[in-house]
Amino acid sequence: MATRAEAGRIRLATAGRLDRARSRPGLLFGVGLAALVVTLVLGVGFGTVAIAPGDTLAILAHRLLGLDLGSHWSVATETIVFELRLPRVLSAMVVGVGLSVAGATFQGLLRNPLADPYVLGTASGAALGAAIGILIPIRIALFEFGIVQVFAFAGALLAVGVVYRLSRTSSLAPLTGLLLTGYAVGSLLAAGLALTMYVSGSNLRQIFFFLLGGFDGSSWLQLAGTAPLILGGSLLIMLRAGALNGFLLGEETASNLGVDVRRERVILLGLGSLVTAAAVSVAGLVGFVGLVVPHLVRLVVGPNARRVLPLSAVLGASLMVAADLVARMLGEIPVGVVTAVIGAPFFLILLRQTRSAYEL
Amino acid sequence: MIEFEGVWAAYRARDVLVDINLRIDPGERVAIIGPNGAGKSSLLRAMNGTLRPRVGTVRLGGDALARLDRQAIARRLSVVPQAPALPFAARVEEVVGLGRLPHEDPFRGQRAADRAAVSAAIERVGIGALAGRDVRELSLGERQLVLIAMALAQAAPVTVLDEPTVHLDLRHQVETMALLVDLNERDGTTVVAVLHDLGLAGHFFPRLILIDKGAVVADGPPDDVLADERIQLVYGVDPAFVRRSVPLAAV
Repeated sequence: MATRAEAGRIRLATAGRLDRARSRPGLLFGVGLAALVVTLVLGVGFGTVAIAPGDTLAILAHRLLGLDLGSHWSVATETIVFELRLPRVLSAMVVGVGLSVAGATFQGLLRNPLADPYVLGTASGAALGAAIGILIPIRIALFEFGIVQVFAFAGALLAVGVVYRLSRTSSLAPLTGLLLTGYAVGSLLAAGLALTMYVSGSNLRQIFFFLLGGFDGSSWLQLAGTAPLILGGSLLIMLRAGALNGFLLGEETASNLGVDVRRERVILLGLGSLVTAAAVSVAGLVGFVGLVVPHLVRLVVGPNARRVLPLSAVLGASLMVAADLVARMLGEIPVGVVTAVIGAPFFLILLRQTRSAYEL
Repeated sequence: MIEFEGVWAAYRARDVLVDINLRIDPGERVAIIGPNGAGKSSLLRAMNGTLRPRVGTVRLGGDALARLDRQAIARRLSVVPQAPALPFAARVEEVVGLGRLPHEDPFRGQRAADRAAVSAAIERVGIGALAGRDVRELSLGERQLVLIAMALAQAAPVTVLDEPTVHLDLRHQVETMALLVDLNERDGTTVVAVLHDLGLAGHFFPRLILIDKGAVVADGPPDDVLADERIQLVYGVDPAFVRRSVPLAAV
C-alpha cells in the first residue's frame, strides 16, 4: 500500500511533468496533431473491410498529395477509403473541433466550468430548429446547406440567449442559476421537439435519424457545406482569444481590462452558437464532448484561451474520431451513446469537485 | 488627471451620483470615504466608464470618457477589483498577465515586453515567491497583492481600488496601504481608493473625499474632512469612535 509520503511524491512528480508540458504548448500541439493522424488512419482503416494502415496512408498520399508510395490496391479499396470512410472520419473531426471549441468558448464566456453546448440548451435549440426546418416543405439547399441549418442556427442562438438572460437575472448563485435555467429551457425545448415529432407525420423518420446522430450518412457534399462554417467559426473564435481571457475575472473586470464586453459577448455567443448548430446539423445530438475536452486541456495548460482553444480543437477532433470508431466496433450504435457513457460520469465528478465559485 | 463636471448618474430611477464636481491631478493619492450606499463605488464606476453619467462629463487625461473605447480607457486607468470569483484554476503569473490585455498583440498574445512587465509587476509588489502557485491556494492578503500586481502590469498612470482592505487583517491592511503609498510616491502612480476604515484613510491619504447620498460632502486633508460634527452628521455615530484611530494622521 502506498504511504502518504509516496502518494505525495507521485503527485509532485505528476505536477512536475505537467509543469514542463505547460511551458511547451507547441510540443503539446504537435502531439495532438500526431494523435489526429493516428486516429485518421485507424478510423479509415477500420470497418467491415479492413484496410492496412500502410495502404490507407498510400491511398491518402496518392489522392491528396499526388505521391506514389509504391504499394498497390484495388479500385474497391480506394472507393471505400475515399468515398465512404474518409468523409466520415473528416466529418467526425470537424464536429469534434466545433463542439470542443464551442464548449471552451461557452465555459470561458459564462465563467462556468460546467457550461457546454448541451448543458446550456444550445444543442436542444438547434435540434428543435432543425426538426422544424425538416417539416417546412421548402428546400433551398446549397451544398446540402439550407433551411434546416438556418433553423438549427436560429434555435441554438435563441436557446443560448434565453438561458444566458434568465440565469443572469436569477437570484441564485451563478453556477446553480445557469445549470437550472439550462435545464428548464432544455426541457421546454425537448417538449417542443416531442410536439414537432408528434405532428410531423411522414417526416418523423427523417427527424428521428437526424436526432440520433452519428456519422454514417457523411458525404463530401455535406462536409463541403458545414466544414467551412465550423472551422471558420472556430478560427474566428480563436482570433478573439484575448477577449475571452478578459472574462476570466468577470465582466466588470473584463471591461476594465479593455474588453468591449457587450460586443464580445454578442460575437462569441453568436459564433459559439453557429459552430454548435453546424455540428448538430452534421452529427445530430452528440453530448459531453464540449464539456470534457476543454477541461482536460485546461488541466494541462492552464486557463489561457490562446492555448486552450487550439489544443481543444485537435484533442476534440481525435476524441470524436475515436468515439465514432468505438461506435462502429460496437455494431454502429449511435456515437452520442458512446460520448454520453464517457462524458456523463466525467460531468458528475466535475460537479462534485467544483465549488460554486472561487473567491480570488 | 480625472475631472468630473456636473456629473449625475442613476441606476434606473434612483440617483446615485448628484452633481459631482471634482478634479484629481496626476500623482495625487485620494481616498473616497462615506457610509454604505453613499455612492463611493458608483463614483469609481463613473471614473472607469462602466457607469455612464446621466448628465455631465467625466474626463480622463483630458478626454471625455464617452469618446474613449474600452482599450484606451484601460491604458489610462487600471482597476483593482473587489475579490472576483475565479471559475478555473489559474496561476499567479496568469492572473497578473491579464493586466497586459490592453497592450498585448490581439493575434499573437503576449510578447517579450509583456512578459517582462508581468515579472516586473510581480517583483514590485513583492510576490515573486508566489509565482507558479495556484491563486486559489493563496491567503486573502496574498490574493489582494496578486490583484494589485495585475493592475500594475496594466501600466496605467491611474490606479483605482474598491475597498482593497475589506477582508484583510490589520497587518495586511497596513501592508497594503504602505504599498499604495510607495507606488504613489516612488512611481508617481495616481492612486484613488474607496475605503471604509476612516483610520486607515486618515493615516495614509493626504486627501479624502467624503460622499453622502451621492454628493460630495467634504473634500480636503484628513483633519478637515474628519471633523467631529461632520462624522456625527454623516455617519450618525459618536465621533469618539473615529477619533481613537485618527490621531495617526497627526503622526
